[in-house]
Amino acid sequence: MYGNAYIEPDSELAAKMAASREEDPEKLAEFEARIARGEKIEPDDWMPAEYRRQLLRMIEQHAHSEIIGALPEGTWITRAPTLRRKLALIAKVQDEVGHGHLLYSAAETLGKSREAMINDLISGKSKYSNIFNYPAKTWADIAVIGFLVDAGAIVNQLANAKGSYGPYCRALERICYEESFHLKQGYDAFVALAVGTPVQREMLQDALNRWWFPPMMHFFGPPDTISVHTEKLMRWKVKMASNEEMRQDFIEQYVPKIWELGMTLPDPALRKDEATGVWEYTQPDWDEFFRVINGDGLCNKERLAVRRYAEENGRWVREALMNPIQKRMVPYA
Amino acid sequence: MNNAIKDLLFRLADDELVLGHRNSEWTGLGPILEEDIAFSSIAQDQIGHAVANYTLLHESAAADEPLPDAIAFGRNEKQFFSSQFTELPIGDYAFSLIRHFLFDHAEMLRYELLTASSFAPLAALARKIKGELKYHVLHADLWVSKLGQGTEESRARMQTALNEAWPYALGMFEPSDYEAELVTNGIFSGEEGLQESWLEVVAPIIEKAGLTIPQASEPKYGGRHGYHTEHLQPLLDEMTEVYRLDPAAIW
Repeated sequence: MYGNAYIEPDSELAAKMAASREEDPEKLAEFEARIARGEKIEPDDWMPAEYRRQLLRMIEQHAHSEIIGALPEGTWITRAPTLRRKLALIAKVQDEVGHGHLLYSAAETLGKSREAMINDLISGKSKYSNIFNYPAKTWADIAVIGFLVDAGAIVNQLANAKGSYGPYCRALERICYEESFHLKQGYDAFVALAVGTPVQREMLQDALNRWWFPPMMHFFGPPDTISVHTEKLMRWKVKMASNEEMRQDFIEQYVPKIWELGMTLPDPALRKDEATGVWEYTQPDWDEFFRVINGDGLCNKERLAVRRYAEENGRWVREALMNPIQKRMVPYA
Repeated sequence: MNNAIKDLLFRLADDELVLGHRNSEWTGLGPILEEDIAFSSIAQDQIGHAVANYTLLHESAAADEPLPDAIAFGRNEKQFFSSQFTELPIGDYAFSLIRHFLFDHAEMLRYELLTASSFAPLAALARKIKGELKYHVLHADLWVSKLGQGTEESRARMQTALNEAWPYALGMFEPSDYEAELVTNGIFSGEEGLQESWLEVVAPIIEKAGLTIPQASEPKYGGRHGYHTEHLQPLLDEMTEVYRLDPAAIW
């Protein structure tokens, strides 16, 4: 799934330092020309420090989102109501962990190790998609996540797959294939509940209400302010679409699918302006968005605690792989 | 369908479902991402094997047994014939790995024997399942060897896990009430012979990994007759939590 649609900006100081670094104008011009021609930048190619920094942050946050995103859905594997759904859910969550694996590898090509990235995740220094700081309370949440969160991720990742950094684009292409399958299984589970018993419909409606406001409406991040910085990221094909463009694309594709099943969304203002083709909606509380990113969401502590638990419990395994006994048994003379 | 075959299919399927459930608990929590993914794959294979065996149960005894979901989700612990080994909690990674190693070697040999079963649908299924088990065994052997010879800590954890697992592993070979009938009719050649060939296969791998098989262990029997540890019913309660909201609904 789990594209990290919104990339949290770096600290002001770090951003200023990287941005103010003077690059060789000739190399920079050549670099920009290559991107303009649609060429991909590869790990050994010259790149501006600012480009490397932004990409690393983006890919790293995306990777974290995948492995943290495995947690809310993962807890429902053992409770899935049929054997078929159980198999599909294990396979899906497994894919997400696999995406994390793939993305950490892509990020490593920019010069940071997987261990360092995971340490920054569990210490709270690196962020991940805010959406996973909300709880998956019932089975219907699994249907809503599989359908809508994966759909949102696809919108974001299809855009990013056209970006300029080769390893990230190739990872995203494969990820998008798998995501579109996740979307199908999510939609299938969603429809089963929507056309099911009154109890099932009620579960689904409740889950939709909770996931629409605020998580889904926050998913793509606040409307961008157009700055020189954003323009540069778009010129370098690091950022491929504005947050609002992606949100509109998502609403346009998926809101009709929800409505046609007779389900509702908790926003009375949600409607398409037929004249302009633009969807109108109630702005979510963006203060809450920033509060949750900074650690004050319903599940931030739990998610990191679980991840930390997994890292700590797995440490002896990793050490054993690095440090075989035989090595220390080699005689001195 | 005769009761001997039915009993055999329940044992095969319940083992796979219960251990598949346990192994799926590693999804998202593995010690490294690669192993997280590996345990998810193993769990999927196992639940898939359970479905195949429940389907056989349903199709070959249509009058008696319901659809696979109802068989899987509609019974209490007394009606489960899995070995107690499969229901034990996942423990640390060493325990889950040792269980995977001991269980999958037994499965590999068991399904190998079943390819010659006189009950043709099971023989056909066994040929298919055997191909998947080959990879389980390769995975298990590699990791037992790595962690047995890793660090002092990893070796100690593996030995502790082996000590804990061993009596329960022997419990996998608890004879069924229909043993003689299964053997006479060429359906399955029996637990005793299976246990012997299993020991011949696992013992050298354990030894090569620097680990020691615990001596004088009493096998933990009971599971094959519906007697379980305190861990199975809570597992089933969790597994059926959503299903029980409305067993007649389509999920």
